[in-house]
Amino acid sequence: MTGGRSEVRVGTETTVDSSGARTEILRRIRAAKGATPVAAAVEREWTAIERGYRREATREREAVLELLEDRLRDYDAHVVRVRPDEVAGSVAAMLRERGKEKIVVPTGLAAEWLPEGGAFVVDDGAPATELDHFDGVITGATVAIAETGSIVLQNVAGQGRRAVTLVPDYHLCLVRVEDVVETVPEAMDRLRATADLPTTFFSGPSATADIEMTRIKGVHGPRFLDVILIG
Amino acid sequence: MRVALFITCYNDTLFPETGKAVVRVLERLGHTVEFPAGQTCCGQMHWNTGYQTEALPLVGRFVAQFKGAEAVVVPSSSCVAMIRDHYPKMAAEIGDAKLIQAVEELLPRVFEFSEFLTKRLGLEDVGAYYPHRVTYHASCHGLRNLGLGDGPQRLLRAVRGIDLVEIEGLEQCCGFGGTFAVKNADVSSAMLAEKTTAVLNTGAEACTACDNSCLMHIQGALHRQRTGVRTVHLAEILASEEAVPR
Amino acid sequence: MSRAAELTVLDPTTSPAFPVAAKTMLRDAQLRKNVRHATEVIQNKRARVVGEMPDWQQLREAGRQIRTHTMANLDFYLEEFERNCTKAGGVVHWARDSAEAKQIVTALVKASGSGGEGATEVIKIKSMTTEEIHLNQALEAAGIHAYETDLAELIIQLGHDQPSHIVVPALHKNRQQIREIFQREMNLPELGEKPEDLADAARRFLREKFLRVKTAVSGANFLIAETGGVCIVESEGNGRMCLTLPETLITVAGIDKVLPRFQDLEVVLQLLPRSATGERMNPYNSIWTGVHEGDGPRSFHVVLMDNARTEVLADEEGRQTLNCIRCGACQNACPVYRQTGGHAYGSVYAGPIGAILTPQLQKMHYAQSLPYASSLCGACYEVCPVKINIPEVLIHLRNKVVEQKSSLDPEALAMKTMALIFRSEKRFRAAQRLGRIAEAPLVRRDGQDGGWIGWLPGILGGWTQVRDLQEMPKETFRDWWEKRGSRGN
Repeated sequence: MTGGRSEVRVGTETTVDSSGARTEILRRIRAAKGATPVAAAVEREWTAIERGYRREATREREAVLELLEDRLRDYDAHVVRVRPDEVAGSVAAMLRERGKEKIVVPTGLAAEWLPEGGAFVVDDGAPATELDHFDGVITGATVAIAETGSIVLQNVAGQGRRAVTLVPDYHLCLVRVEDVVETVPEAMDRLRATADLPTTFFSGPSATADIEMTRIKGVHGPRFLDVILIG
Repeated sequence: MRVALFITCYNDTLFPETGKAVVRVLERLGHTVEFPAGQTCCGQMHWNTGYQTEALPLVGRFVAQFKGAEAVVVPSSSCVAMIRDHYPKMAAEIGDAKLIQAVEELLPRVFEFSEFLTKRLGLEDVGAYYPHRVTYHASCHGLRNLGLGDGPQRLLRAVRGIDLVEIEGLEQCCGFGGTFAVKNADVSSAMLAEKTTAVLNTGAEACTACDNSCLMHIQGALHRQRTGVRTVHLAEILASEEAVPR
Repeated sequence: MSRAAELTVLDPTTSPAFPVAAKTMLRDAQLRKNVRHATEVIQNKRARVVGEMPDWQQLREAGRQIRTHTMANLDFYLEEFERNCTKAGGVVHWARDSAEAKQIVTALVKASGSGGEGATEVIKIKSMTTEEIHLNQALEAAGIHAYETDLAELIIQLGHDQPSHIVVPALHKNRQQIREIFQREMNLPELGEKPEDLADAARRFLREKFLRVKTAVSGANFLIAETGGVCIVESEGNGRMCLTLPETLITVAGIDKVLPRFQDLEVVLQLLPRSATGERMNPYNSIWTGVHEGDGPRSFHVVLMDNARTEVLADEEGRQTLNCIRCGACQNACPVYRQTGGHAYGSVYAGPIGAILTPQLQKMHYAQSLPYASSLCGACYEVCPVKINIPEVLIHLRNKVVEQKSSLDPEALAMKTMALIFRSEKRFRAAQRLGRIAEAPLVRRDGQDGGWIGWLPGILGGWTQVRDLQEMPKETFRDWWEKRGSRGN
């Protein structure tokens, strides 16, 4: 089914072939605005778009890290900053404080970040119903954006598939200071090379404001988030 | 300076006192006022209601009346917005190269009345005296299309004797909107009810603005409700002076 | 049964004209209170987080340019998206209209069932595009039940209601009303009315569905041509559940949702959350490209739907409507929307953007009252993150409505007469005199403050519902001017 032609079959009865629609829609677009664009011209035009907004950090490095911590705390996350050799101890303390025991971790998470003797289960692609039985998940991160308090995960070693950070109710995220940027454009710049990987931005725990615009933490995604900044 | 007054059709017919006040202020400041007699309407009502064909000839008329003026002063923010935001496009639609150029040359010399005082002449105190409690309503076109900012309030603050009180929801539309007030009378009334409540809450004796169209709408409700609060165009406040003993 | 519960579907072809629908809404004090509260809260939050961005105007301008450039090259970018999405394992379908889109989705859902039985349930992410085509009704007719998983959409679905806002579809309901719906529909008589209780009930109600249902339907915030990726922004995590856990994912997107490059997300991901919910960033953004082994659905389909968007594109002045990124900021800022709420617009797209989008999507055959549902105050244009000049488009569409009018239409006749009057000073002066004569029988004198009119005939009667009109002065300005002479002597 995947990667094939745009045709759908149900048994032998229903066939939806949309190639006629495709031709017609593209014809309508061209009729609506005139000429068919040439790749080089489109490229030139795109490059000419004015981008007068900030595309680089404007704060001192330390101020950027402090901003990230502030923003994360705004979302009620616990945030600590530790040296690389203190990570495992800090993880143990966070888990103890939250009372979380049964923890899943993606493959490739640095072993030295995990305290000895913990009940860490490495994700083996188990169905979501099984993930639902874990207390929490620990992952690394690809990049973090201070200005918006966002952390970005991709499907790479130490961050894993998307379901692992979604189904358990608690997420402990380990972010290296060198992966912290100030602005959204800096983050997108770093993500561009791996743009085709499944990517999730999270900014605080799951939340809704659908009831009288009151922000309620935790609807479907993890309700509790802690962050350890490393470095 | 020789200033040409574009009174606008509804001020001419319904609010002549506003025009007289503009003349009084400008002459007091030492300017010469001219009134091109062939002027009628800027075309706003037609244009905004969808009658663009009907509005187009009024561009040429306006240009013919005012093209020689050093400055054109208009005591209506929505009419200035109409001229400034739409005349270039309308001239282009007519397709007359001379008219397009004439519009382009004339536009920088067209000013809303308060704008002329604050931005063109750089004035705040025009020597007025108005010993009343007043609240200022920021008409949408003045606020958003013309970017008058706090210009009108600065003029008012410089008026001797005035007690200027700020209205809640300054940037909220009063609900007039031209033909909107009759086409969507119920919604317009609901918006107006909020505005009149805000006016009454200030305890002001009078509500002022740079646009008599909003004021006519607000005044209509204030009168219907027998509130005793009146409306007065900004020009009329600025034209008031302390009575000088003979 | 409340009035809202009687709404079966928001269909511009059958909805009453805006002034009529608005009249009904204006009588609903509870609804107006709920709408006012919600729009005020979001507006204040938006103002705060927009105010902290020193480069907000530059971002808006970049957003406008990116969207304008995209529409100017829409065929190029759609083909690029199709190529890259297909390369990554996705399947791209095209739908000329709503009927084709529904047919494709229904067939895909049926084909997605295991064991040849065909799926009978799907989970859904909030999507205005699927609301636009009334997809749920079509699925239901084909024996497929769609579970809405966004909290607001769940409230709407269980309450047999209709969305009234692009971003916060249930903003017209307060907590007590939501509690009643959940108590009844989830069979939870003991449910409390704290927002936390209600959100928790939704969590428990839906978790089982997330873990069980194998097919999901979503909309899209952005399609990225350069990578073939799709981006969805959301708050609750229901989106992530639907995008990640099922075996099959079907995304329905208007052809206007495409963005040229991955980098362009750096603009829209700053503009959208701050404008939509007043957050620096919404809790979750998901970006995925085709199918990824071991992560997410094994089968991924995108349905690219026109449904009259090319009609909008063909109109040079109306075209900027397609630049919309569906943030809803114009709705929160609109003084008309704030009085009536969304249902009065008779379309899932309410408020200022709805007033320009809906009639264009109806090819100007329906919803002709919507371009007039605005006082042209300009608050919408001021907050629009991609600088759509909504008042300008409203006026443009009013002209299209007028062009369809018969020349015998009373309003058209009056307007044409007035236009003739304004083209001559002599006629104008005559009309001023005539006006004074004509109004005379209506003028009442009740005190010291001159004459007033308290009743006007015909369409003008709308004015005198709540307002009086002062009688015309005896002397026009120009009469005074002539008498006094130019030097005041």
